[in-house]
Amino acid sequence: MRRASALVPILYIVFLMLPIYWLLNMSFKTTNEILGGFSPFPREFTLDNYIAIFTDPTWYNGYIDSLIYVAINTVLSVAVALPAAYAFSRYRFLGDKHLFFWLLTNRMAPPAVFALPFLQLYSAIGLFDTHIAVALAHCLFNIPLAVWILEGFMSGVPREIDETAYIDGYSFPKFFVKIFMPLIASGIGVTAFFCFMFSWVEMLLAKTLTSVEAKPIVAVMTRTASTSGYELGLLAAAGVLTIIPGAIVIWFVRNYIAKGFALGRV
Amino acid sequence: MNKTWNNRAWFMVLPVLLLVAFNAVIPLMTVVNYSVQETFGNNLFFFEGVKWFQEVLRSDRFHASLMRQLLFTFLILAIEIPLGVAIALAMPRSGFWVPVCLVLMALPLLIPWNVVGAMWNIFALPDIGLLGYGLNALGFDYNFTRGPLAAWFTVVLMDVWHWTSLVVLLAYAGLRSIPDAYYQAARIDGASPWAVFWYIQLPKMKRVLTIAVLLRFMDSFMIYTEPFVLTGGGPGNTTTFLSIDLVKAALGEFNLGIAAAMSIIYFLMTLLVCWVFYTAMMRGEDQ
Amino acid sequence: MARIEFDRIRHSYEANPQSDADFALKEISMGWDDGGAYALLGPSGCGKTTLLNIISGLLHPTDGHILFDGADVTRAETQARNIAQVFQFPVIYDTMTVRENLAFPLVNRGVEHSEIARRVEETLRIIDLEDKADRRARGLTADEKQKISLGRGLVRNDVNAILFDEPLTVIDPHMKWVLRSKLKELHQRFAFTMIYVTHDQTEALTFADKVVVMYEGQVVQTGTPDELFLKPRHTFVGYFIGSPGMNVLPCSMDGKTAHVGDQAIKLKHGAPTDAGELALGIRPEFITLTSGRKGLPFTVGRVEDIGRFRIVHGDVAGHKVAAMLAEGAEIPAHPRAVFDPANLNLYADSWLVEPQGVAA
Repeated sequence: MRRASALVPILYIVFLMLPIYWLLNMSFKTTNEILGGFSPFPREFTLDNYIAIFTDPTWYNGYIDSLIYVAINTVLSVAVALPAAYAFSRYRFLGDKHLFFWLLTNRMAPPAVFALPFLQLYSAIGLFDTHIAVALAHCLFNIPLAVWILEGFMSGVPREIDETAYIDGYSFPKFFVKIFMPLIASGIGVTAFFCFMFSWVEMLLAKTLTSVEAKPIVAVMTRTASTSGYELGLLAAAGVLTIIPGAIVIWFVRNYIAKGFALGRV
Repeated sequence: MNKTWNNRAWFMVLPVLLLVAFNAVIPLMTVVNYSVQETFGNNLFFFEGVKWFQEVLRSDRFHASLMRQLLFTFLILAIEIPLGVAIALAMPRSGFWVPVCLVLMALPLLIPWNVVGAMWNIFALPDIGLLGYGLNALGFDYNFTRGPLAAWFTVVLMDVWHWTSLVVLLAYAGLRSIPDAYYQAARIDGASPWAVFWYIQLPKMKRVLTIAVLLRFMDSFMIYTEPFVLTGGGPGNTTTFLSIDLVKAALGEFNLGIAAAMSIIYFLMTLLVCWVFYTAMMRGEDQ
Repeated sequence: MARIEFDRIRHSYEANPQSDADFALKEISMGWDDGGAYALLGPSGCGKTTLLNIISGLLHPTDGHILFDGADVTRAETQARNIAQVFQFPVIYDTMTVRENLAFPLVNRGVEHSEIARRVEETLRIIDLEDKADRRARGLTADEKQKISLGRGLVRNDVNAILFDEPLTVIDPHMKWVLRSKLKELHQRFAFTMIYVTHDQTEALTFADKVVVMYEGQVVQTGTPDELFLKPRHTFVGYFIGSPGMNVLPCSMDGKTAHVGDQAIKLKHGAPTDAGELALGIRPEFITLTSGRKGLPFTVGRVEDIGRFRIVHGDVAGHKVAAMLAEGAEIPAHPRAVFDPANLNLYADSWLVEPQGVAA
């Protein structure tokens, strides 16, 4: 019985790894071998696809551009969400519940609805094709999420701590930075993780809001897929490289994953 | 928890409010604007009232993509939620392998969505993909670019691959928060494993499962990138979900009025469902 | 109902215990009489909960055997042992009503419907929750929830023992008293074996016929409250029970004379020559302060007035000593401490030296 149930997660993980393995497999094959037919592992093992990516500025700039707007977005989202989440977790104020729901609705809004208006909006204010534009646009869904997660973690900190700090003569900003933020450090980590994740994986808005200067890797990949036809090996190698940043980030937060995914509110 | 009434808290919310409003309110107004006007180019617009709304609501195309969307979301929830819970239940509660399992399971969640589409494209190709080649070798006539059923199978399997882990992680977090004493009491009361699941584990997971259903509903309802990259909405229109249809209308055909009206209807639908969930959840929390 | 016996029980949470320190429970052999009310007393982490879980079968001991009425149940599962247990934090089934909660153990055991209804009614009456029988259990207060936990044990008429693991931890102080008297009343009425874990000595002493004191994975003494008070077998018992605890004065022996510092005290018996580190134990209650010539010079420090008693903290030959005086008693100007010889105990390596121990 125990043995049998241990098989379930193992089988599931095998299922998860199969497509990733196949992508890796393809990325080490030559175009000839790929077009030649089915083979379960690369027969003519090659690193050409990776070399092509690291020597072509359009490719590697795509990664750099993506990392830049993801970083801006993560820092911005967490920074503005912190005080807001504190307000929601500690105070009642005029319209608080409506405001909270309104924020959440933006997490629920389909990006497809916003693609065209965003294009016009950011063109009108001259931010089209900049990192800032994508970073700001991703705030639409990342800020509500950040507020939601942080509020959960903050509500878990007893109010007495705030009061004690005030009695001890801490000013609000000093209390917030020196005492409160260390207490919810894991919450902040989890929030940053989520912001990173959703900004990194989003493509529709990132692609719509950029053309040359700030073209993210995800957009470069679609271009390759559509213009140069069947460069599957190159596409696979690019795909493998997009998995790596996520894998690194996840390894850092592995001990918080279980709690973080419950948004601190279990 | 008793919160103090303090309207100055608004100042703390203000940066969030401004940023989100900039991103949400202005574009939404643009959409509303388009949805009631007609344009013939040259930036000339004419007020058209609810014409576009009527057109969208009457069009077979919208009905078809809405039905496909509902079917897809239903399938996703019906498969991923029970599967995710089952996997979470089978996970060990502690030990060296737990973080390793969690990291491996979370991996699909951090892969860019178009890469997920591309990966599954490569994985499912009938001639060189492991899945496609394997199914054909087993005697199935499988080609997701030709057969609607094969396309649906692939899109659903891809989403299960991509998102079940989210349900697993949420459910697992819920399970881990149950104190040992509950399991011990159940053993003393002679409860069967089924009774333990039904009377202890499921009630304690209610909160996280609500979040899981809510997130999976929202995200599957607005799915765009993965099926777009995998099938492009085809064969024919058989995997054209609402978002794909919407982007086709707006950026492909530049049918601004139709696209805008569709957007608003679409948005209101998600909003309605989420509001129902939200109130249910908040009520649960007040108890 | 059954007599429970431990035969050299040891338990370690580690897979391969090497030394004594790896054992959460060091070798224990003892018996629990049928129908007895036992309190299991000791500081946090001394192995109380481990011992409890071994009785209920939630844990299987690393070594040794546990017998119920002579039958070996060491490997038997919880269900087979007919034990009920109430935990520190109330465990209730959230989605069920109070009535369904109480019926649950019976339903699981396939008891007949009419029988379940009858016994649940009876139990509801016993735990005073008749008026809330059809309420959802999750909305109740902590003490009501704890009563439901208890009720799930009482509803089964086959229980060998009911175990309590610090059940009053989360209960309001005024409700603690009510629940405690309720438990005592139920025990007298139904005569089930009751083992009650606590780290609160008042709770243990008011409750139990027999108190089992545990310290670092060992049972250091089992006895009536009086025995624990008058003849602590281990300095820990003397220190842990009583307030303030027993005074312990390191000493050396010369025949039947104990030397504390430069003072000599005549004892009724001596200690074996290889006895290890020796100490005298005397409770504050058995020290009198006199102005006479007898006794040991006592330097007065802090004095506490606690209602009916005065506690005088002071110093005898460089060791801290507390004495308990009656309310309003005068402290002489140059006091000497006189120890009541009948209640003066000698300890070797923290264990009591019995008079017959010398003979042997």
